[in-house]
Amino acid sequence: MSDNAAPTSEAATETAAPEPAAPRPRTLAEKVWDDHLVAKGENGSPDLLYIDLHLVHEVTSPQAFDGLRAEGRPVRRPDLTIATEDHNTPTLAIDKPIADLTSRLQIDTLRKNAKEFGVRLHSLGDVEQGIVHVVGPQLGLTMPGITVVCGDSHTSTHGAFGAMAFGIGTSEVEHVLATQTLPLKPFKTMAITVEGTLRPGVTAKDIILAVIAKIGTGGGQGYVLEYRGSAIRSLSMDGRMTICNMSIEAGARAGMVAPDETTFAYLKGRPHAPEGQDWDDAVEYWRTLQTDDEAVFDAEVFLDGDTLEPFVTWGTNPGQGVSLSDNVPDPSTIIDPNERASAERALEYMDLKAGTPLKEIPVDAVFMGSCTNSRIEDLRAFASVIKGQKKADNVRVMVVPGSARVRIEAEAEGIDKIVEAFGAEWRFAGCSMCLGMNPDQLAPGERCASTSNRNFEGRQGKGGRTHLVSPLVAAATAIRGTLSSVSDLNEPADARETVGA
Amino acid sequence: MDKIDILTGVAVPLKRGNVDTDQIIPAVYLKRVTKTGFEDALFAGWRNDPEFVLNQPAYQNARVLVAGPDFGTGSSREHAVWALRDFGFTAVLSSRFGDIFRGNSGKQGLLTGQVDEADIEKLWAAIEAQPGVEITVDLLERTAAIGDLTVSFAIDDYTRWRLLEGLDDIGLTLRDEAAITEFEGRRESWRPRTLPVK
Repeated sequence: MSDNAAPTSEAATETAAPEPAAPRPRTLAEKVWDDHLVAKGENGSPDLLYIDLHLVHEVTSPQAFDGLRAEGRPVRRPDLTIATEDHNTPTLAIDKPIADLTSRLQIDTLRKNAKEFGVRLHSLGDVEQGIVHVVGPQLGLTMPGITVVCGDSHTSTHGAFGAMAFGIGTSEVEHVLATQTLPLKPFKTMAITVEGTLRPGVTAKDIILAVIAKIGTGGGQGYVLEYRGSAIRSLSMDGRMTICNMSIEAGARAGMVAPDETTFAYLKGRPHAPEGQDWDDAVEYWRTLQTDDEAVFDAEVFLDGDTLEPFVTWGTNPGQGVSLSDNVPDPSTIIDPNERASAERALEYMDLKAGTPLKEIPVDAVFMGSCTNSRIEDLRAFASVIKGQKKADNVRVMVVPGSARVRIEAEAEGIDKIVEAFGAEWRFAGCSMCLGMNPDQLAPGERCASTSNRNFEGRQGKGGRTHLVSPLVAAATAIRGTLSSVSDLNEPADARETVGA
Repeated sequence: MDKIDILTGVAVPLKRGNVDTDQIIPAVYLKRVTKTGFEDALFAGWRNDPEFVLNQPAYQNARVLVAGPDFGTGSSREHAVWALRDFGFTAVLSSRFGDIFRGNSGKQGLLTGQVDEADIEKLWAAIEAQPGVEITVDLLERTAAIGDLTVSFAIDDYTRWRLLEGLDDIGLTLRDEAAITEFEGRRESWRPRTLPVK
């Protein structure tokens, strides 16, 4: 981030009656940063920023609490801290003891620490339990203009509200618990503008997969991304969260969307949303957060929303994606030698041949869930496609709501019945097969269309092969058994020849 | 984190070079959920060997490790520092350290003093002449002494200052605590609170 001092023009310094200098035009990210400055770093040392909301889960917190204990330090602001269990939790038989001993130890440790340090915890079985990035927003804790941290890289999700939100390491978790601040190095700003109207069947997930394919998994490094343009504005909060969630997959520090009426409408009335005068004050402030017209971004990227198609990854990093109507790319056409080698390795791991139409690739499993796509709208979208249908015979389909609350809401709408009638499994909330820390894993060699965020080698289980897709593509794929978009459902599945992939 | 200025304790010679962090603490110990209690994991691969120097009675209460060159190279695991600290070490002397290990040490109160290789040899000789002998490590003067033998060590000014003041990262930030409290005083009431609501 550039210097905070308001610029003084030559003319202004020379005139006898100087006018007050106009405030320097700033981006959304710079405004939120400036408003959390506790101490400005000097001589290249980091700024000290105040943290409004600290989300905690069982994997990255135990040693942070232990560090506090060793130094005799308390949690400075338990009232700005909230914990939930998500990474290790089973999605079946949640009333039974957790079988995996490491998982159970991490969960038990979080419970002990939360009690000892006075941190609010929503445990497995609690109505507010769920993936930490689903729980924060649904409680109304995530709001515009705040800083949010969590020991999890997908904390960028919360940027959808116009918050500055990023993942931190365990040492930083301890630091925030002890001080409610973080020393942070400046960042650069990147505008990602998506104009136009998305076609039917094209969603927020397709936007972000296309963005990452365009700028690469390192393209966002050092930047806070701001998603702008009419296609972003027309998205719901759930869609905006999907986009901001995957900012980290482009290497970015954070991703943000300026708050607007959609944001305010989502927040109003939620358990922790401001009320009365506080609400009015907050909205008045939130309206000032959008990037000033004259503000300059360090980098800009444009994407045409009108022509975007459903997107899918073919490789082993989230940047290795193409339109679903394309073929598996041919590595020999890639000019950059590192990227070419990476593509060759990816195709080998994925057991794919260059030139194969993506829609001819059969899958063994479909995973509908994760902090990217497990909110109520995601489940509704998935259910709308599968309603009254039967899943393809050889495909295992798992639907994992993002939180216990989402599960209840979905059941009230009958989504669980639609899922079960389809032949899919309706599970309890958690991170589940997104990273397979619990028993939900792919078997070696299994191929999965997944609404999650990472298609790394072995991420969903040793030897498992992941294609990242939207909930709509996941649903169509579960019906046809091959990677499919909703528009493919109009033709019978056997009209296409399936080749071994 | 405790302040360090002058410390005196039993010195132990670790006459090996390239002791990387995997040897200081093997990966299998990284699954634990604590940040303390790693004393059993220190040099776990060597501890079953009765000849290993730390198993010798004279060095049971060792506080200063005098190691061969390139100590602490390899993996970034902070656990390597925790294991040394939990075993009772307050200082490590070597002619060269792994960068990340050295950085991690400074943040967690383990003094790493860089000593000329010839002086390390002299320290080893002095220790082995009198196993269990105490060494005095003087951070103020940047010296280490056994009896009449005094050698100097290098440590950067910033790390030295942090160790003298006993400041870990959190301690450093808490020097700005007045600014944090002042910020909290003007924090708007609409901002989120996690306390349960009706």
